[in-house]
Amino acid sequence: MSQETTITYSKVNEDIIKMLDKPTVKWWALFVFDLIVLGIGLLCFLYQVYTGLGVAGYSHPVFWAVYITNFVFWVGIAHSGTLISAILFLFRARFRMSIYRIAEAMTVFAVLTAGLFPIIHLGRPWNFYWLIPYPNQRELWVNFRSPLIWDVFAVSTYLTISSVFFFVGMIPDIAAIRDRVKEVPRKIIYTILSLGWKGSNWEWMHYTRAYLYLAAFATPLVISVHSVVSWDFAMANTPGWHTTIFAPYFVAGAIFSGLAMVITLVVPIRRIFHLEKYITISNFEAMAKMIILTSLIVSYAYGVEFFMAWYSGNPYEWEQFKYRATGDYAFFYWLMVFCNSLVPVLLWFKKIRTNIKALFIISLFINIGMWFERFNIIVISLSHEFMPSTWNLYKVSLVELGITAGSFAWFFMFFLLFIKTLPAVSIAELKEILPAPVKEAKTK
Amino acid sequence: MTKGQGVLGIFSYVDSTVEAIRNLKKAGYKDIKAFSPVPNHEIEEELKERESIVRFFTLTGGTLGAICGISFTVLTSLSWPIQTSAKPIVSLPPYMIIVFELTVLLGGLATLLGLLINARLRKNIPFSLYDPRFSEDKFGVLVVCKKDEVRDVEGILKSSGAEEIKFEGI
Repeated sequence: MSQETTITYSKVNEDIIKMLDKPTVKWWALFVFDLIVLGIGLLCFLYQVYTGLGVAGYSHPVFWAVYITNFVFWVGIAHSGTLISAILFLFRARFRMSIYRIAEAMTVFAVLTAGLFPIIHLGRPWNFYWLIPYPNQRELWVNFRSPLIWDVFAVSTYLTISSVFFFVGMIPDIAAIRDRVKEVPRKIIYTILSLGWKGSNWEWMHYTRAYLYLAAFATPLVISVHSVVSWDFAMANTPGWHTTIFAPYFVAGAIFSGLAMVITLVVPIRRIFHLEKYITISNFEAMAKMIILTSLIVSYAYGVEFFMAWYSGNPYEWEQFKYRATGDYAFFYWLMVFCNSLVPVLLWFKKIRTNIKALFIISLFINIGMWFERFNIIVISLSHEFMPSTWNLYKVSLVELGITAGSFAWFFMFFLLFIKTLPAVSIAELKEILPAPVKEAKTK
Repeated sequence: MTKGQGVLGIFSYVDSTVEAIRNLKKAGYKDIKAFSPVPNHEIEEELKERESIVRFFTLTGGTLGAICGISFTVLTSLSWPIQTSAKPIVSLPPYMIIVFELTVLLGGLATLLGLLINARLRKNIPFSLYDPRFSEDKFGVLVVCKKDEVRDVEGILKSSGAEEIKFEGI
């Protein structure tokens, strides 16, 4: 924060809790529009359940397409939340403090969205619980060697731990809201949620320890989850998938896309709620620098994939990569390279990475680029496997587009509710970076 | 039966709070608690609480998770032993992913449990000896003492810079 000296502890409470004031007409309009889009997505899903997966545009050999693209995209979005809240916490990076709550919320809501897609993708979604190991009469158990089962464990653990981390981080702030609100129903809800927090030294001692251990657990978890998602592909021998670089490539890509989404979300929130003095240009600049780093890693992976395909002498692998760059889907491939490798180069210039509008636009390009990265990996690889006789093209259907739009609405529905019910910026942690009020300073 | 009398001093400054704790300790009072809107190292240093035992919950949860993960995967594989390709029935490398995830899951949940139990969030201090401003910008020092010590404690708190004093039987 640039104006640390002019911001007091009580001003932080006032400004952040003010965000929870009665929603405006604009908020309601946005919320209703969001619900309409969600409704369209839901109708598309019900239509698909009633009619069958055929309406999803799948055609042999492409049976993983937009739904799995969405799954990987949303899991990826979830990653930078924990990066900002846990990894940067362990590194004591102060710039995280004003943005980490939004990033954490984004994580939880993105995992909630991602978790829908493997179920939507099932022919008989009501049998999704077969993926969960549970005692049954026939003594059948899941196959623990299958990457899809690893996904179940990884994603559900990630959802649980990131929700716990998100909630624990909010306890002192919820107590601050409890102490300020007057209306009875809200007071009761915040009193329950604050778990009786009073800010005693005893509570802080256990709280800071617990938070540290949760951060220490969340850090390797972040890396494991997207590695596991990458192994959904890398464990198969499909050309374009069967490579050892997939885990680090996916993790870097996830952080890259997640950071872009944080910027996409934080820019309007900062403007609408006048949080300029808390979320400063230097916070954005730090995120932009991390985007530069992860963009370089992702671009390096794009290059290495091509090099390995050529150098390995494997004709199938080489054919696959030539097809990616020059085949039917070449436009999407080069769109991905443009958005993820070329556009972030602009961030090397300080003038651009400190310009909020430019950052917002760049973040939108990255979001698009990262969605198409997953699309390219999944669809192009499947449509052009070993046997030329099986090659076929995939065309997205309206039902898939409706469900995809619905998933964005699902994510934003949670987000809109979050910014009006819970503190979107951490009150306690913002105060930690302010100088503590001392009498000596006052008397001077 | 009451434990004693609670005397709560409310402060605006962290250095006055630390001074009050120091003076109370010098005067021989042991049952002292402090309130602050943020964790504060000076207060923590002055009160010198013993290390949090949440770490043992984390360790126990994590270990239990790892044991559950390995037993679950190995025993269920042995319970329905179908050999696929030339792979062994018990394939440890892929099972390590499940072991890792369950270690983190149970370790994280045990940490939450450790926080809830040890911080005694609901039972720690009665709300009558709490001031809503502690979550905003005020600091507090709560002393539990005998009835005849109340005036002495009040004097120490006031001389250290307390702006308000509250009394309550605990």
